Amino acid sequence: MFDHLKEIYYVAWADLRFMRHTMVNVLIMSLMAPLLYLLAFGYGMGRGIITEGVSYIAFIVPGIVALTALSASFSSTSSRMNVQRLYYRSFDEMMLGPLRLSSIVIGKSILGVVRGLISCLIIFAIGMMLTSELQFTPLFVLCMIVSCLTFSLLGETAALLAKTHQSMSTFSTLIILPMTFLCGTFFSIGSMPEWLRMVLYALPLTYSSTSMRESALGWSFSVASLAMLVAFGIAFYLANIYLLKTRRV
Amino acid sequence: MRCQQSASDNERDATSGRTGLSAFADGGSTDDIIVGNNITKKFGNKTAVDNIDLRVHRGEIFGFLGPNGAGKTTTIRILTTLANLDSGTVVINGHDIVRDTIGAKASMGVIQQHISLDKDLTVIENMQQHAMYHKLPRPERKKRIDELVEYIGLHEYVDYKVDALSGGWKKRAAIVCALLHSPQILFLDEPTVGLDIKARRLIWDIIRKLNKSGTTIFLTTHYIEEAEALCDRVAFIDQGKIIAMGTPEELCKKVGATTVEYFDGDKKTKYVYFSSRGEANDFVNTLGANDTVTIRNTNLEDCFVELTGKSVGGN
Repeated sequence: MFDHLKEIYYVAWADLRFMRHTMVNVLIMSLMAPLLYLLAFGYGMGRGIITEGVSYIAFIVPGIVALTALSASFSSTSSRMNVQRLYYRSFDEMMLGPLRLSSIVIGKSILGVVRGLISCLIIFAIGMMLTSELQFTPLFVLCMIVSCLTFSLLGETAALLAKTHQSMSTFSTLIILPMTFLCGTFFSIGSMPEWLRMVLYALPLTYSSTSMRESALGWSFSVASLAMLVAFGIAFYLANIYLLKTRRV
Repeated sequence: MRCQQSASDNERDATSGRTGLSAFADGGSTDDIIVGNNITKKFGNKTAVDNIDLRVHRGEIFGFLGPNGAGKTTTIRILTTLANLDSGTVVINGHDIVRDTIGAKASMGVIQQHISLDKDLTVIENMQQHAMYHKLPRPERKKRIDELVEYIGLHEYVDYKVDALSGGWKKRAAIVCALLHSPQILFLDEPTVGLDIKARRLIWDIIRKLNKSGTTIFLTTHYIEEAEALCDRVAFIDQGKIIAMGTPEELCKKVGATTVEYFDGDKKTKYVYFSSRGEANDFVNTLGANDTVTIRNTNLEDCFVELTGKSVGGN
């Protein structure tokens, strides 16, 4: 177990070093979009609106935190891995080390988890300054960690599937962008038509938004949402192990 | 008739003397560090590596020689576990690369054709990262990096970002990274491609020094002079198949140890191979007085052309 943890650290070390070199850029990139969403939707459109018994700003902050987990964790992991794999080819150097595949998959997700958590915490802290209805609870922190890990593992899947930088953009446009606007960030998915709701329940951000909102607003917590998020994380993890095992030249 | 003794003869003789230094030049050792059987790899309908068998003796410098696209890089990627086998088996230092991948990886260092260092990091950070990939404990990590940086002469550049270095220095940094865990076998894929002559010779010296200290070397190249300067044994690969394998002397003998190269009345350079210089001289005496004739030792380029019908450059 200790050996396994050491391997994970060894894999993550260079990525964290890279993050240290680019910290300011990281924060600007991770926070710009969520802050704009917060201003435009929270202050611009949602002032005075009550949604599901709370102010709209309190309603959307957990959703925007979930969205931040998605965008920061996914993009930091996928773009770094994509560059390492297709341009620097330093990914091969890691694959040449005598490391377990499980250590590689988890180790490569750490950058996304750390960046995601930093960005989420900043957005949530801003949200708490804007409204007193939000609660910072251990359950909320757990939901944040699971979300960041799941989306970081999804970023790895995208990077391992990508054959070019262009195919990464295609993946983001087809999978990430629809999730951004549809998975309950800005409105309750209960208001969507039945068929679309079915589609949205097949996407991980829906469960991330739901579990974060429930835990941050003190609503009754549905364990099923968190369990589904964990299930998505496990599925992405297994997909990554499979892709590493069967990769082609 | 002008009869020339090739300028490369002296070099060739020197080369023969050098290969004689190796304990494995006769291919007689049974202690094989690489044992590959029926190695096959396909990409769609194209067979990149076609059922090859390979034995590399512990302590030798083994060269894999062939034109671009012959299957050299695919073979080295299979041997180093970066590409999966379609069929066949490979055992590296006693570890089957499929069943004991981690054991096989721990025995090898790899220097890829393209510099594969992380360009977002400094040279020293890349070295630290590699040492971690190979699980070197912290005190040993620093010691090994210091030793190798000194050995390769990189100390001035360790704090530079990788992209600030020239091709030769990047290659040297890659060599340090590949050697940190003291591998028993070092794989080099086209180690000097794109380097100037000075950098190339420095890399050759490093390879020789490493080999003298006991590291087995497996290198691919399409430079004949590189194979001749370094290798105890070579294999010719073409269209995914091994055409011939042996010491340079064995391969040259197979074709004929002496080459007569002449420019004839058809305005074409022709090559004829003889087992002795006496036979070559007899043949030269039969040629026309205006032909330009060179008698020289047969080299690996001659062998490759004779055995495959094409040059190592790929034409």
